[in-house]
Amino acid sequence: MEYFVQQLVNGLTLGSIYGLIAIGYTMVYGIIGMVNFAHGDIFMLGGFAALIVYLILVGLFGGVPVALALFVMILIAMLMTGLWNWVIEKLAYRPLRGSFRLAPLITAIGMSIALSNFVQVTQGPRNKPVPPLVSSVYDIFGIAISLKQIIIVLVTAVLLTIFWYIVNHTPLGRAQRATEQDRKMAALLGIDVDKTISITFVMGAALAAVAGTMYLMYYGVIVFTDGFTPGVKAFTAAVLGGIGSLPGAVLGGLMIGLIESLWSAYFTIDYKDVATFSILAIVLIFKPSGILGRPEVEKV
Amino acid sequence: MALETDTMTKDPILKVEHLSMRFGGLMAINDLSFEAYRGDITALIGPNGAGKTTVFNCITGFYKPTMGMITLRQKAGKEYLLERMSDYEVNRDAKVARTFQNIRLFSGLTVLENLLVAQHNKLMLASGYTILGLLGFPTYKAAVGESIERAKYWLDKANLTDRADDPAGDLPYGAQRRLEIARAMCTGPEFLCLDEPAAGLNPRESLALNELLRSIRKDTDTSILLIEHDMSVVMEISDHVVVLEYGQKISDGNPDYVKHDPKVIAAYLGVEDDEVEEVIEQIEEIAPGETH
Amino acid sequence: MANISHTTEAVSTNLMARALREAFYAGLIALGLFVLFVGLKTDQNILNELVLVQRWGLLATFVALAMVGRFLAVAYVRPWLEARKAAKAAAPVVEREAGFVARNFNLLAIVALIAYPLVMVAVFGFQGSLKWVDNFGIQILIYVLLAWGLNIVVGLAGLLDLGYVAFYAVGAYSYALLSSYLGLSFWLLLPIAGVLAALWGTILGFPVLRLKGDYLAIVTLAFGEIIRLVLINWTEVTKGTFGISGIAKASVFGIWSFDISAANNFAKAFGLPMSSAYYKIFLFYLALALCMLAAFVTIRLRRMPIGRAWEALREDEIACRSLGINTVTTKLTAFATGAMFGGIAGSFFAVRQGFVSPESFVFLESAIILAIVVLGGMGSLVGIAVAATVMIGGTELLREMNFLKQIFGPDFTPELYRMLIFGLAMIVVMVWKPRGFVGSREPTAFLRERKSVSGSFTKEGHG
Repeated sequence: MEYFVQQLVNGLTLGSIYGLIAIGYTMVYGIIGMVNFAHGDIFMLGGFAALIVYLILVGLFGGVPVALALFVMILIAMLMTGLWNWVIEKLAYRPLRGSFRLAPLITAIGMSIALSNFVQVTQGPRNKPVPPLVSSVYDIFGIAISLKQIIIVLVTAVLLTIFWYIVNHTPLGRAQRATEQDRKMAALLGIDVDKTISITFVMGAALAAVAGTMYLMYYGVIVFTDGFTPGVKAFTAAVLGGIGSLPGAVLGGLMIGLIESLWSAYFTIDYKDVATFSILAIVLIFKPSGILGRPEVEKV
Repeated sequence: MALETDTMTKDPILKVEHLSMRFGGLMAINDLSFEAYRGDITALIGPNGAGKTTVFNCITGFYKPTMGMITLRQKAGKEYLLERMSDYEVNRDAKVARTFQNIRLFSGLTVLENLLVAQHNKLMLASGYTILGLLGFPTYKAAVGESIERAKYWLDKANLTDRADDPAGDLPYGAQRRLEIARAMCTGPEFLCLDEPAAGLNPRESLALNELLRSIRKDTDTSILLIEHDMSVVMEISDHVVVLEYGQKISDGNPDYVKHDPKVIAAYLGVEDDEVEEVIEQIEEIAPGETH
Repeated sequence: MANISHTTEAVSTNLMARALREAFYAGLIALGLFVLFVGLKTDQNILNELVLVQRWGLLATFVALAMVGRFLAVAYVRPWLEARKAAKAAAPVVEREAGFVARNFNLLAIVALIAYPLVMVAVFGFQGSLKWVDNFGIQILIYVLLAWGLNIVVGLAGLLDLGYVAFYAVGAYSYALLSSYLGLSFWLLLPIAGVLAALWGTILGFPVLRLKGDYLAIVTLAFGEIIRLVLINWTEVTKGTFGISGIAKASVFGIWSFDISAANNFAKAFGLPMSSAYYKIFLFYLALALCMLAAFVTIRLRRMPIGRAWEALREDEIACRSLGINTVTTKLTAFATGAMFGGIAGSFFAVRQGFVSPESFVFLESAIILAIVVLGGMGSLVGIAVAATVMIGGTELLREMNFLKQIFGPDFTPELYRMLIFGLAMIVVMVWKPRGFVGSREPTAFLRERKSVSGSFTKEGHG
């Protein structure tokens, strides 16, 4: 039983990170109907930004209180990736908006290749290890819960609350939802659609940066290729939950995290990704628009 | 009544019995029964939201009705229960073709290609499921020639021969409507369902459409069921009219009968029952020539 | 007169002022983007700890480049583009007679391809030609074959497949395993690999083809990954990440072999000096023949009812069903046919490398193949071949740019920048030509004259 709960905790932690990334996918998909393939690499970029900020802090001040260091890392990583995604949207996706559906998908794949190789070229191809930032582990009823895990789940929960509030209770969120429903009509009603879309990209990137920072803290290492696998898993999470739906993205992320950790714990770690992808395929075959996605009614 | 004598002499091609269709809590069609007769043009009319297109989608297999039976009897006597068949089988086996309210052409294919796609199943067989065709067997070539001849025939009827090699998306609206009908006819249907064929047409295009529909009735054995808002089209070309309101049948008969049915007038004009007489009088004043 | 020159002067100073302002913003943004990633580099010191190396000079170069680029774009390039556009709009459209090259492009291309290995041998000698025939010629041809296969699925039937590499892998491993374990010959295995891949296409396609659009895309991606992960982890059969090596070479229809020890060795039989170039040249012609066959089959298929049904499916699936077309089998045949091309390309890949490992079948490969299809112009065989040549050949050329070392110093390795440039090129080409190199579509039948259908009418499918 303890073992099971332990795996549940691990899965929840992992799932939180996937969920944070998945929100970026789902928001961008919701608002412009595009799969932003470069989003995983934005996550990786966020992790690198956090790493470099951490090294600057250590270099300048020697030791910094962990809470403060994490706060600064997250903040700067969010700003950084937000700026990156803003520029990317403007240069690579906006000129293609409203044209061919596959064109932005291809530029996004190109952007993903370019970003990971940009980091490889500028930061080197090797693994970047950092000494453990947070190492306390608590024993709660026989279950080892590390402070890292608590931080990750807490940060995710707080961010999701803020986010949920923004989307549901602010003029910005209203503009986003309106743009999602009908871009032309939203523009006619005086919503600055371009700006709304830009902000959506920035918000998604900021969440990915948080996920990147958490990832760096949790695993203590990052490398330029790290955007791909978590990116694909998060995309899977978004689709599993029903792409376009925010709660769906989080639910999907948690499910994927749980599947992965439970499968690794009880079966073989080698086939954990196979399990994840198989479950995705099975879910979609029986529920073609994801768990929380609105079923697409075929209009004849 | 004229209706009853019709039923005795005429042979129904389509029989809809107790058809109901529920979407969530909404009863789009409620216990609808009617018949369409062979060789006739039957019109399905009714105010917006009466469930006409839903009836169409049930007949052509795109929706599975909640209840009821739809029977199609072919000329050779073979019967099909349409509600049990999937959409493509309704066309392939039962020989029911249809058009759509918002035109669905293959806009990137040329007009001629659109008409060839419609003859897919026949050509597929002739090409030996692609394999013989790939090897260049003469039977396939002959079949293609035949298909092009049929396409030409309908191009001519739809007055589209000049545009045969242009992309379908490039045609003006009225021509697109005619092409969609021609395409449906290329599947060789016994029963043709037209969803608002005259919607959005200008008077000249309307005329061309009427001509096409008449030639279908005259030159082929295809029976037609059409949804239409344009009363002039309905009254002019249809032999039999079924009126729907809120998913239920409120009238059924020849155009004259229906035109004077107080329920129909009330449904269209939205008047109280006791005002119906008054409305009839008004109509007679406006269009005296059409009344008896 | 004076007045007019005065206003143009004012306009140009305005333009300059704007260009300077925008250049300033561009510099600022570039500074923000690159300050952490270019200005600082994470490096390991002797203790294996990460330390930061400062590179402010390089950062300044990046920012300066961004500023100059933006300035030139706003001040000169954009007005020039607009002027050209205006001139084009003003001038009447002149129907230019297509030149000799344009009219006979296909024929010339085939002749050039047939002559290509011979020219390379003539220029670089047998040993020198190896690289050009193999890395450029054969590799590009494999990508052309793959992209033509995916074109059937994506370009004709309009089904987005992000896991196409799975069928490539099935083909490659079918050849590698059946040839290693059962000793079957290349000529037998080539069609078998194609059939096996098609079978897998059908098996995978059956459950997923009900899905639409991006759901289909992610499930195909998932299947691609599943196949790769199984290849990695099923070590008893596939030898996992080590891969399968020592795969038998192809022979000239079993008459001449390219094994050095064999009695019927090609070079021995003709009394030629030993060289591996013969084998590569043979493979080149083999690849060329396979591509020609694929092109022939695709062109034929488009004129078959099934090919028309694929394209109709891309245009409007509901209309297809209303015309009695069974869309499930139509999609399945597209999937299976595309998979078969992939499987044949895969088995050819295995025979060319003599080695297969899961490394070669990552998602990036699917992405590259899809990019080639879209960049070439969906549905157009010629456009796709051109795109494959430009994208694969172009990045391959970067390996050859050793002279750049003399400019940037001996530490400079152009290869490192290969994929970076590949990614950026994908973006630039797509923004420049969203419908790909060849955006129009050739009709498959005509009554009077064959007119290409402009890309603005064709749809891209929703499946």
